[in-house]
Amino acid sequence: MSTHKTSAPATARVSRANGEPVHNKAEREITMAQAVREALAEEMRRDPRVFIMGEDVAEAGTPFKVLLGLVDEFGTDRVIDTPISEPGFCAIGVGAAMTGMRPVIDIMFGDFLTLTMDQIANQAAKIRYMSGGKFKVPIVFRTTLGATRRSAAQHSQSLHAWPSHVPGLKVALPSTPYDAKGLLKTAIRDDNPVVYFEDKMNFQTKGLVPEGEILIPFGVADIKRSGTDITLVATSSMVYVALGAADKLKEIGISAEVIDPRTLFPLDKQTLIDSARKTSRAIIIDEGYERYGVTGELASVIADGAFYYLDAPVKRMGAMDVPIPFSPALEDLTVPTAETVFQAAKTLCGRS
Amino acid sequence: MAANKEASLSTSGLPGQAESPVDMEEWLHMYRQMFRIRSFEEQVNQLYTKAIMPGLAHLYIGEEAIAVGVCEALNKTDYITSTHRGHGHCLAKGASPDRMFAELLGKDAGYCRGKGGSMHIADQEGGNLGANAIVGAGAGIATGAAFSAKMRKSDQVAVSFFGEGALGQGLLYEVMNMASLWKLPILYVCENNLYNEYTPYKQTTAGEISARPAAFGIRVEEVDGQDVRTVHYTARRLIEYARAGHGPAFLLCNTYRYHGHHVGDINRTYYRSKEEELHWSTERDPLKMLATWLTEQGAADDSIINQIEKEAHAEIQAAVEFGIQAPYPDPKEVDEHVYA
Ligand SMILES: Cc1ncc(C[n+]2csc(CCOP(=O)(O)OP(=O)(O)O)c2C)c(N)n1
Repeated sequence: MSTHKTSAPATARVSRANGEPVHNKAEREITMAQAVREALAEEMRRDPRVFIMGEDVAEAGTPFKVLLGLVDEFGTDRVIDTPISEPGFCAIGVGAAMTGMRPVIDIMFGDFLTLTMDQIANQAAKIRYMSGGKFKVPIVFRTTLGATRRSAAQHSQSLHAWPSHVPGLKVALPSTPYDAKGLLKTAIRDDNPVVYFEDKMNFQTKGLVPEGEILIPFGVADIKRSGTDITLVATSSMVYVALGAADKLKEIGISAEVIDPRTLFPLDKQTLIDSARKTSRAIIIDEGYERYGVTGELASVIADGAFYYLDAPVKRMGAMDVPIPFSPALEDLTVPTAETVFQAAKTLCGRS
Repeated sequence: MAANKEASLSTSGLPGQAESPVDMEEWLHMYRQMFRIRSFEEQVNQLYTKAIMPGLAHLYIGEEAIAVGVCEALNKTDYITSTHRGHGHCLAKGASPDRMFAELLGKDAGYCRGKGGSMHIADQEGGNLGANAIVGAGAGIATGAAFSAKMRKSDQVAVSFFGEGALGQGLLYEVMNMASLWKLPILYVCENNLYNEYTPYKQTTAGEISARPAAFGIRVEEVDGQDVRTVHYTARRLIEYARAGHGPAFLLCNTYRYHGHHVGDINRTYYRSKEEELHWSTERDPLKMLATWLTEQGAADDSIINQIEKEAHAEIQAAVEFGIQAPYPDPKEVDEHVYA
């Protein structure tokens, strides 16, 4: 078994047990990138106020080619290439959102959130509250997370805990093409600022997605796999790591339940708690730095809500607390893998 | 008096032959507006000294001609963004002083239900997208509003007021660059009151200020920010230019704040002299300058000026009383308005 975090199958055949309504529309297998593009195109067709702004988003379709072709349909008035000015174009997005538009701002790498935090955390997040509810800021900041691309310390971080910390923001991080489409469409229709993270390693991951309308409500976790012995709560691409671990656990007779919260705020606490009460053990797997991170928050939700049902302390598995190294020999050690999750789960279940 | 139009003037910034002059009634209105701001700010200072107002506030006294001269050139539907020193912009754009005092005192009747206070006061109906406590941040939001106005083909213009301290923020240059590239309908108004808080701007600002927007191909004008007539005529010209789709403009106004950086900044001799303060407040006062000119033109005399001041003073007095009497927000409001 590879130690690489994306050792999970390239096709996301995960259940939607918690499920969205069943769709009659044809489901096709498409990539995460296609799902994102489709969501944007559908929303831009539906609502003339929606536009995309960022670096190399138009003809180049972003360095990840996710937006390829959108400019052909919507033109450069609505798919707008900017200078390399993250604070500047985020600020323009905020001002536009306050005055009747619905911008989708493309921040090429999640690491560049550091540059935009005043716009996201001090402006977008607070304007509604500071104005006593007069203004709304319907804006989506689309960005990436995820290591193991050999991109070193400034292009590999998973900083989704940062916006999750700030009241006024919502945070979505889809793991499958289906979720990517449904959550992005919901994000664009939300009247609040939403920070939406895609794992840059998953753009080619395939999954079944219906054509046309799917809207996934925020704050509804999805049970990606049902189980009875241990709960694996996993975010974004860590869902595949958890599913890989669940496969291995099954071989030794341990039934793991895999839950994807899909949005960090709002957070579906109840689904996490219910699962942990049922299984009595839980591991939280997330690619952000472990310390003070998403794993800590989710673990406390379970510890709080399922305390009397737990047979073991809730285990946290985040990215190692080091700047992400370049060398593959080192980088792969910094993120949870199916193997490390499998080992931790085994230990938690009292199997050595 | 309405017929008493101003003759064509030659001073720089004042109208050329082709431009329509401003009615004397309008100048009197601007006098009233400037006086209302001054009177408002004097009340704020008192609320602070009497420990009635929570927190601090940054007074606009001395700089009134800029907010009034510019806002009188705007439509109600046009946008402004403001700063921590924002009461003057807010009043000049049409907000009512009673709800402003209520906001400054943290009351439910305030423009932001008491949640914003002095540094975040906003008036959506009046086109004020808000004061901002992050230096320079308003320039970003105003540029976004101008971007949206252009996308919506709405004919609106945005004005961003900021102090010369904002010249130290990279955001300003990022958005001016985009505003120029995309010919956005925005006017950047730099209020150079000589000090970034307690540091003379010459210590923090290299080169010529006007060269900075000029480098982006932005039209720049520099005016005496104490002379409301020059400010107004120049602003009118630049706003028309922006509205007509020619792109952004930058208005550099030289001015001075008479009081401290904020109400609690009392001992200031370590960063500026009493003589300097006195010079500006006696020789360069925007209200005195306009009153003198109006009198010279035969458009006003002491009794007219006194009448305006008396009425404005009474209005502000009633407004502050309203603010003091207004109830605080219900505690249940504390977690309302976080999300739409
Ligand atoms: C980004 C940021 N840095 C520092 C401050 C603290 N601060 C508040 S006002 C101010 C000085 C602003 O000077 P200027 O922009 O010239 O405006 P003025 O107060 O003179 O009107 C500073 C440094 C702040 N609010 N925001």
